[in-house]
Amino acid sequence: MLQGIPITSVLIVSAFMFFAGVCGFIIRRNMITILMSIELILNAVNINMVVFNKFLFPDQLQGQFFALFIVGIAAAEASVAIALVINIYRRLNSISVDKVNEMKY
Amino acid sequence: MALNVLMFYLLSAVIVICSVLTITTTRILRAAFYLLCVLVATAGFYFMVDYQFMAGVQLVLYAGGIVVLIIFSILLTSHISHKFAKPEASRLIMGVLVGVSGFALSTAAILKFTFTPTTNPAMKVDMQAIGLQLLGTGKNGYVLPFEVISILLLAAMIGAIIIAKKGK
Amino acid sequence: MNYSLTILILLIPFATFLFNGLFGMKLKPIISGLIGTIGLGVITLLSYLTAWQYFFVDGMVNGTFPKIIAMSMDWLHFTDFLTVRIGIMLDPISVMMLVVITTVSFMVHIYSLGYMEGEKGFQRFYAFLSLFSFSMLGLVVATNIFQMYIFWELVGVSSFLLIGFYYTKDSAVAASKKAFIVTRFADLGFLIGILLLSFFTKTFDFKTLTGSDQSIFANAAGVNFMGISVMTWAAILIFMGGAGKSAMFPLHIWLPDAMEGPTPVSALIHAATMVVAGVYLVARMFPVFYFQAPEALNVVAYVGGFTSLFAAVIACTQYDIKRVLAFSTLSQLGYMMLALGVSGYGGEEGVGYMASMFHLFTHAMFKALLFLGAGSIIHAVHSNVMQDMGGLRKYLPITHATFLIACLTIAGVPFLSGFFSKDEILVAAFHHDKLLFAVEFLVAGLTAFYMFRLYFNIFWGKEKHYHHTPHESPKTMTIPLMILAFGSIFAGYIPFHKLVTSDGMPFESHMNFAIAIPSVLIGLIGITVAWVLYKKETTIPERISKGLGGFYTAVFHKFYFDEIYLFITKKIIFNYISRPVAWFDRHIVDGTMNGIGWLTVTSSKKIRNLQSGNLPQYGLVFVLGAIILVLVFAFII
Repeated sequence: MLQGIPITSVLIVSAFMFFAGVCGFIIRRNMITILMSIELILNAVNINMVVFNKFLFPDQLQGQFFALFIVGIAAAEASVAIALVINIYRRLNSISVDKVNEMKY
Repeated sequence: MALNVLMFYLLSAVIVICSVLTITTTRILRAAFYLLCVLVATAGFYFMVDYQFMAGVQLVLYAGGIVVLIIFSILLTSHISHKFAKPEASRLIMGVLVGVSGFALSTAAILKFTFTPTTNPAMKVDMQAIGLQLLGTGKNGYVLPFEVISILLLAAMIGAIIIAKKGK
Repeated sequence: MNYSLTILILLIPFATFLFNGLFGMKLKPIISGLIGTIGLGVITLLSYLTAWQYFFVDGMVNGTFPKIIAMSMDWLHFTDFLTVRIGIMLDPISVMMLVVITTVSFMVHIYSLGYMEGEKGFQRFYAFLSLFSFSMLGLVVATNIFQMYIFWELVGVSSFLLIGFYYTKDSAVAASKKAFIVTRFADLGFLIGILLLSFFTKTFDFKTLTGSDQSIFANAAGVNFMGISVMTWAAILIFMGGAGKSAMFPLHIWLPDAMEGPTPVSALIHAATMVVAGVYLVARMFPVFYFQAPEALNVVAYVGGFTSLFAAVIACTQYDIKRVLAFSTLSQLGYMMLALGVSGYGGEEGVGYMASMFHLFTHAMFKALLFLGAGSIIHAVHSNVMQDMGGLRKYLPITHATFLIACLTIAGVPFLSGFFSKDEILVAAFHHDKLLFAVEFLVAGLTAFYMFRLYFNIFWGKEKHYHHTPHESPKTMTIPLMILAFGSIFAGYIPFHKLVTSDGMPFESHMNFAIAIPSVLIGLIGITVAWVLYKKETTIPERISKGLGGFYTAVFHKFYFDEIYLFITKKIIFNYISRPVAWFDRHIVDGTMNGIGWLTVTSSKKIRNLQSGNLPQYGLVFVLGAIILVLVFAFII
């Protein structure tokens, strides 16, 4: 409990965000939207990290650092993913995931 | 109702609504905008819990960097006026089913679990403390992951350039 | 004394086989033939040396001829009990067989240089001859029954290859298959017999099996199957193998057909050496038969006796000269089997054993001579059939003389080798069983009759119209004839009763005039009858055959045994066993395999769709799986 806000409500919000991301990942076909869904997922995790740090272990910084590193990884992932998307677009003239199944079997 | 609680609910509402919109809107640029809203609201959360540095990073890197990158790629690959076709029913149903069941499961777990905060006195979180610990080599020092992330970023940068550059 | 050189007796023919088989086609035929012949000449010498050393230099130890293991090595080591050794054992019969085989084989090698000249596959022929010599020698020197079995099969293979030498001729191919299948069938019994025997005695070794220590058979005591002791079964089954190789009565059908092979092959394999392997086998296992399975020995005697009569009767009606000789071989093999069957063990009792080996020796000489002579005749007139021949004595003087000697020998004319050996057999039979003696006595007469029927038909009678004037064969063919004729005359003077006996101890043998004189007389009667009937072309034989009517037809068709077997195999076995088995194989066995293949392919095609390459689907499956796992762990476990 922090200033009237219970930890569970924050976690529920982040869980909602997480599964909204998962849901988006599954139902969308546009690669960039899928990428955005992944950002949602990562962000939800970040919130959890920070919230655990603040609400449960205010004497440490671990949660924050994890969140920081996740942000870094997300940045790296996003840059590579976008490069891939651009490359795919150039080759297939489409960024639908349904088209990108050349290597299925 | 205390202001900060009100603020919390406001931010929560933004996050919930915008994340839903992000994955349901048929216009991709709007999706990016809704994502931006979610990320900014998240930064608001960080401010609320008094982690100004995290909030700054969130704003600068996520809201500033990544979203801008995404918008760039959208502009490179899509027409602004382009609308998505609705996802087919089977996929929609499965996706919603998975999302709802996963959320229900997580919520059930969260509500069931008793969180016990530590009794240690809170640490003062300022830039100096963060900087010292992040680059520290001693106990609680994070210099090794820091360096690993640096190399990862470098590699990702080079990889992105190689992948995205036009073939011969 | 060491016999380390004996290993060469096996290695040289094997080497020449490999050499001629692999490189022969690149050589001139005559060189390939000479290589084989010289190799055989060398081992012939070696065999003579070995025999000389064994019998006369080393001689007896404590009054018996010892069984010497000249070489032995572990070939297949499975367990301490089950070890297959390969080696060389020298004892009187194996040394005697070495001499017989190498002599006849050497003669055949020389003879073939002339007979096979210009044939396609001359080198192949010599390669096969070497292979045969190798396997036959390996068979006789075997130290254990398993080695014998291996070489036994090798001999069967070489026989198969040589019968089917003219592989473009359908009849030769059919004959080779027939020979192989019939002997294989018999070998099945042999193998079961070996397994039974060695299961109870825990040894393959001849030395142990035939030694004086009878305690190894203790395990088998009291074990019965269908009222007959297991050792008798084993002995009968082993004899079945021997009967197959030696073409004893129910399994005799392959030997007459085997005459499709080149005549030297018939002389070597189907008269002198391979077919006596069965006799040799029984002789080798004789103590086991005698002490453990006397009933089996009776079976041997009666089968031998019946075969000799049966074959002699058929031989009287055949026109193909090689077939007459083939049936004569059957008949003589029956003699040898019978002699073993009536033999006792040790000393004078073992006269049958000695007689059998003696007859084997002399028979090898005169039957090889007969076949080679027949080959020489065929070479001259290009026909196998008696009706195409007549009055040949003018054209083929050497062949005529040697053939006559062989005929006289087989007819049992005194002072030729056949007389002595046959006499010993008759003596043995007389002491054991009067019925068998009577049969053999009759067969002696029949033998003389059919051999001289053959002789007069070929060399006397009216001259036929020949395509070209028959001419005497080349030296390479006549010299072996002369050598073998020499052997046929004088082989009888070898004192077998001093050398080759059932227990290795010599005994005194006396001419039994009470038996010898009647047997000579019946031989002479046979010759006289043949003289009367066939010296001049007359119609008497025809009238006799007409008078005999149905019996003659039956005999002429070899009592329809081929037809009966064909009926059994084609109509019964093929229809009621092979066809269902084939159906089972095609539909159930193959069907199962095809079904497995089909199932794999089809299911793979279905499964392939799982790997759609569709990322959201993967994500869906992944998250769904995670949720299910959480549910499982949280609520079920």
